[in-house]
Amino acid sequence: MDIDNEIAKTQEERRKKEEELASLTSLTFDRDLYGGTDRDAYVTSIPVNDDDDANLDSMDSEVARKLASYTAPKSLLKEMPRGEEDDNSLGFRKPSRIIDREDDYRRRRLNQVISPDRHDAFAAGEKTPDASVRTYADVMREKALQREKEETLRAIAKKKKEEEEAKAEKESSGAAAAAAPVPKRRNRWDQSQDDGTSAAKKAKTTSDWDLPDATPGIGRWDATPTPGRVSDATPSVGRRNRWDETPTPGRLADSDATPAGGVTPGATPAGVTWDATPKGLVTPTPKRQRSRWDETPATMGSATPLPGATPVVPLTPGVTPFGGTDLQTPTPSNFRGPMTPEQYNLLRWEKDIEERNRPLTDEELDAMFPQEGYKILEPPASYVPIRTPARKLLATPTPMGTPLYAIPEENRGQQFDVPKEAPGGLPFMKPEDYQYFGSLLNEENEEELKPEEQKERKIMKLLLKVKNGTPPQRKTALRQLTDKAREFGAGPLFNKILPLLMQPTLEDQERHLLVKVIDRVLYKLDELVRPFVHKILVVIEPLLIDEDYYARVEGREIISNLSKAAGLATMIAAMRPDIDNIDEYVRNTTARAFSVVASALGIPALLPFLKAVCQSKKSWQARHTGIKIVQQIAILIGCAVLPHLKSLVEIIEHGLNDENQKVRTITALSLAALAEAAAPYGIESFDSVLKPLWKGIRSHRGKVLAAFLKAIGFIIPLMDAIYASYYTKEVMVILIREFQSPDEEMKKIVLKVVKQCVSTEGVEADYIRSDILPEFFKNFWVRRMALDRRNYRQLVETTVEMANKVGVADIVGRIVEDLKDESEPYRRMVMETIEKVVANLGASDIDSRLEELLIDGILYAFQEQTSDDANVMLNGFGAVVNSLGQRVKPYLPQICGTIKWRLNNKSAKVRQQAADLISRIAVVMKQCQEEQLMGHLGVVLYEYLGEEYPEVLGSILGALKAIVNVIGMTKMTPPIKDLLPRLTPILKNRHEKVQENCIDLVGRIADRGAEFVPAREWMRICFELLEMLKAHKKGIRRATVNTFGYIAKAIGPQDVLATLLNNLKVQERQNRVCTTVAIAIVAETCSPFTVLPALMNEYRVPELNVQNGVLKSLSFLFEYIGEMGKDYIYAVTPLLEDALMDRDLVHRQTAASAVKHMALGVAGLGCEDALVHLMNYVWPNIFETSPHVINAVMEAIEGMRVALGAAVVLNYCLQGLFHPARKVREVYWKIYNSLYIGAQDALVAAYPTLEDEQQNVYSRPELLMFI
Amino acid sequence: MQASDRFNINSQLEHLQAKYVGTGHADLNRFEWAVNIQRDSYASYIGHYPMLAFFAVSENESIGRERYNFMQKMLLPCGMPPEREDD
Repeated sequence: MDIDNEIAKTQEERRKKEEELASLTSLTFDRDLYGGTDRDAYVTSIPVNDDDDANLDSMDSEVARKLASYTAPKSLLKEMPRGEEDDNSLGFRKPSRIIDREDDYRRRRLNQVISPDRHDAFAAGEKTPDASVRTYADVMREKALQREKEETLRAIAKKKKEEEEAKAEKESSGAAAAAAPVPKRRNRWDQSQDDGTSAAKKAKTTSDWDLPDATPGIGRWDATPTPGRVSDATPSVGRRNRWDETPTPGRLADSDATPAGGVTPGATPAGVTWDATPKGLVTPTPKRQRSRWDETPATMGSATPLPGATPVVPLTPGVTPFGGTDLQTPTPSNFRGPMTPEQYNLLRWEKDIEERNRPLTDEELDAMFPQEGYKILEPPASYVPIRTPARKLLATPTPMGTPLYAIPEENRGQQFDVPKEAPGGLPFMKPEDYQYFGSLLNEENEEELKPEEQKERKIMKLLLKVKNGTPPQRKTALRQLTDKAREFGAGPLFNKILPLLMQPTLEDQERHLLVKVIDRVLYKLDELVRPFVHKILVVIEPLLIDEDYYARVEGREIISNLSKAAGLATMIAAMRPDIDNIDEYVRNTTARAFSVVASALGIPALLPFLKAVCQSKKSWQARHTGIKIVQQIAILIGCAVLPHLKSLVEIIEHGLNDENQKVRTITALSLAALAEAAAPYGIESFDSVLKPLWKGIRSHRGKVLAAFLKAIGFIIPLMDAIYASYYTKEVMVILIREFQSPDEEMKKIVLKVVKQCVSTEGVEADYIRSDILPEFFKNFWVRRMALDRRNYRQLVETTVEMANKVGVADIVGRIVEDLKDESEPYRRMVMETIEKVVANLGASDIDSRLEELLIDGILYAFQEQTSDDANVMLNGFGAVVNSLGQRVKPYLPQICGTIKWRLNNKSAKVRQQAADLISRIAVVMKQCQEEQLMGHLGVVLYEYLGEEYPEVLGSILGALKAIVNVIGMTKMTPPIKDLLPRLTPILKNRHEKVQENCIDLVGRIADRGAEFVPAREWMRICFELLEMLKAHKKGIRRATVNTFGYIAKAIGPQDVLATLLNNLKVQERQNRVCTTVAIAIVAETCSPFTVLPALMNEYRVPELNVQNGVLKSLSFLFEYIGEMGKDYIYAVTPLLEDALMDRDLVHRQTAASAVKHMALGVAGLGCEDALVHLMNYVWPNIFETSPHVINAVMEAIEGMRVALGAAVVLNYCLQGLFHPARKVREVYWKIYNSLYIGAQDALVAAYPTLEDEQQNVYSRPELLMFI
Repeated sequence: MQASDRFNINSQLEHLQAKYVGTGHADLNRFEWAVNIQRDSYASYIGHYPMLAFFAVSENESIGRERYNFMQKMLLPCGMPPEREDD
């Protein structure tokens, strides 16, 4: 168990290290040094989910090393069945929609629009761009306008609010006076007021805001709802294309573009709807010449269910029950509703209800009430109409003016839920796919379509196959898309792919596949992507902030490939406008994307641009984003920033004194990121910021201060000892002041900075003890800190760091009393800290008084725990006891008493913990010579073997194992001969924990104390063990196989072998595989000659499974015995001969792998004759095509290369290198290549002599020289 | 590419070619192979100092000269490539 953990830990560490190294080397920057990146540098594919390759080669790739103990090869153990929980994590999950796990911020990606293509200055060359193309200037102008608009809107809103406040104030003061005359009817108050003021105002303002950018982009993809260009007043007719011609379904009528007027004349009272909202909500998509956009649901105002009302949609293939409005518009709007059928229904309901609940009009009221006796009153002056946003939303004019209930018109063409059978072998379509792929269902005659449309259809088909198809379908479709990418053209491809990625119902897998398509296509299209860079970025950037790590990596890869394809200039041109976007989301993602560009194209290339952006005078947003880019670069490429550290710091340093607080904050954070990335080097680059930072912490408060502190925290560890100590003292004053801050974020940062300062070399223990510790413990070691997970962890880390400086006694002495605190989470925090401190530093500092307190405390805390899922108490107890060692002796009776008492507890959890504790402290008990006590515990545990909770039983077995391990087989009480028979039935238990602990214990007994148990008992156990070979857990199978070895050693191989050989006849492959491993292990433990005769005899059984099992055992056998094989090679050669000539592929495959292991084992031991003989049988198999067989054969040949020498194999090879048949040549060259890679140098002496030709000299005269 | 090739080192033949210059393929002609052989041979001579010493003694040259000669010969070990028949 422990060893396993350790191995896992080491592996984890190594993996991390390798990752670090990989991240160092994998980046391409420094163009000048490494050369420009061309297409070779591309990541050619994203290999997630390439289902078919992964599982096969993982088996063979791992080199089976010579084993220290008896065990099965890794490849085998790995291939064993997996438990259910694994299956869950391996793709049997229900597919998850991305949107379901996104938070609101991430969902803002759906607000982005896929902008129209842009001008490609490189492709156009010197030409002036056509007026209809969006150039960089256009985009910038547009953005500027948008900014201005936003700002104006904000100003208006502010002013309005102020006005209203003023008014409200005035009115409330005059309310009493005004209350008296109320001449109108109550119900109509809300109208009259608004009619006059805000409606008029609105009319004016809307026109003001929207006129300039209202002109639709006449460009090619006007379906996209971006505000078009300003200059484009005259549509260039030449550019009209099919996009314009398609009738947009669901469009009501272009003429009724003013929603407030025409459509709903009297139905909705104007007042409620159009009152004060100054913002997007209203934007009534004002009148335009060609307002194809009206129906796009991009703006809330017009997005309301207008499409919904019409179930009869002209263009849609008659399948989609929800209006086809979006068919043209690739951007799903922020209003995601109309997409799914449920949402659609919901909207209908809503609208219906709204209709019924709408305010009554004057006419209706007049009709209701008698003419006489009623008077219309004026609304009181203080009355303000309701302005809840929800109400306003609902109040949007219903464009249809639907009556209360409409009998739905029957349309035979529509099939609501039943998907139409997709024609032509297309995969199944989900309802939400109809929107995009619906047109594929029209069984039109493809020949009649225009070539453009045919192409589009083709793309759609392929995409659908990629998205929903089976793996083979997907694969071919993906390949076709890649191969034909240039033929299809960038435009049509991206216009189909990108909208799909914006689909709100997209699932992870689908997104992955589509992203993969983009990646492949990018690679092919290369510079043709330039006009589409921004579009692609809009859909890919959100991946960079996805919570899924792999999504982020994919996003990075795409952007990096994109920037290599499009070039720096295009990337900058595409992203520049977004840098000072008003939306923080856009800026954030853009900054991240920029950092990826920087890592792909090299930081130096981007430096001038960054410098300019960070100094932007125009807007603080630009500066903010620029500095954020630097931060992201640091985070992304880590220590690779070092060569550019100085310039990066110089670029951002002025931000520390920026007038905008956000800029100051981000600057400090960026410096922190840079320092973190550069650690432990690069302090000299930060020289210039030290002063402003240290000055800053004295003048700032709140967030900015936190950011500054963070930066300081990361810079201090870079410093030399003297400086570090000086600067630490400077900052400590502030830190100590901020200890009291109630702000959570500040607390975390302060803790972190304290940790960083304390761990720095120059900071003395005395200083910490006197200046920091008192305040620190007073402010942080409080119960509240244990409640928040992150605070908890940070506090523990910081305290442990302090302990490293000031020693165990100081820290433990301060908190030991808290082990008896009444709050359990707090006790747990104390325990965890003590555990870590003691484990780090040992217990030698702890004096006897403290020791007493400590033991008392942990006993209390251990007993009082109610829930401990993380085993904190257990680990703490174990760590303290183990580090105290012999000093625990006086307390052991007390501890054991507790344990015994708790083993008898009613609660299973308590019993389990008690048993676990025994296994933790067994070693110390032995040190304290408490063997009698342990024996006693052993008996107690033995009595509890009837435990019914498997978790507890597992722990009890574990505790027994620990005791047996330390006191040995002979001294064990109860005696082994009593213990083992009790364990045999437990082996039947199917619970993993029980199985594992039980087999470990049995294996240990078989190893050390087999003689205490009669052979009959061991045979019984052997039969039980066969069942355990099926276990899901690798550890159990390994322990089982090993136990076979021990048992065979103890009672002789004959009986065990007979059992195992019989087991080869079973049907289950799993079982047979394990059996073969066990046979091989038995052979190794008891010497091969005891096993080989029986094994070879078994080969005579005319049964496929048995023969293969024998061959497989031989293969493992020779793998394990290594050079011992030289004594047996002649014995088994006839058998292998036969197997290598067998008709059955698997025979040949297994025999080939046996030959491989044999050859590798006996290399250099003089068995060449037998090996050459076998090689002659192996060689004819080189033309096999089945992957496993050919693999085994090639490996056998590799083995021969090692054993016989490269020259011999080369001579086999030469006959086919220039064979007339290409298929033959291919195979021979393949062998030649692996030979060459394996033993290039050795071949020099063996190459054939080639005859010279006319002017070419092929002879190698040097080799003929002779002295 | 065959299905089986996916699993071994030949799965990325191009990559392999780039990494190990001397590897070959089905379309390699006699001349190209011979050039590889020659270069490998010279590299091997240079790499094994005793070999180099042996050649130096037998040709009565200094070891440095031998090394230099071998390196020079690696440039065009078999002379100019023959004209291709097909183009």
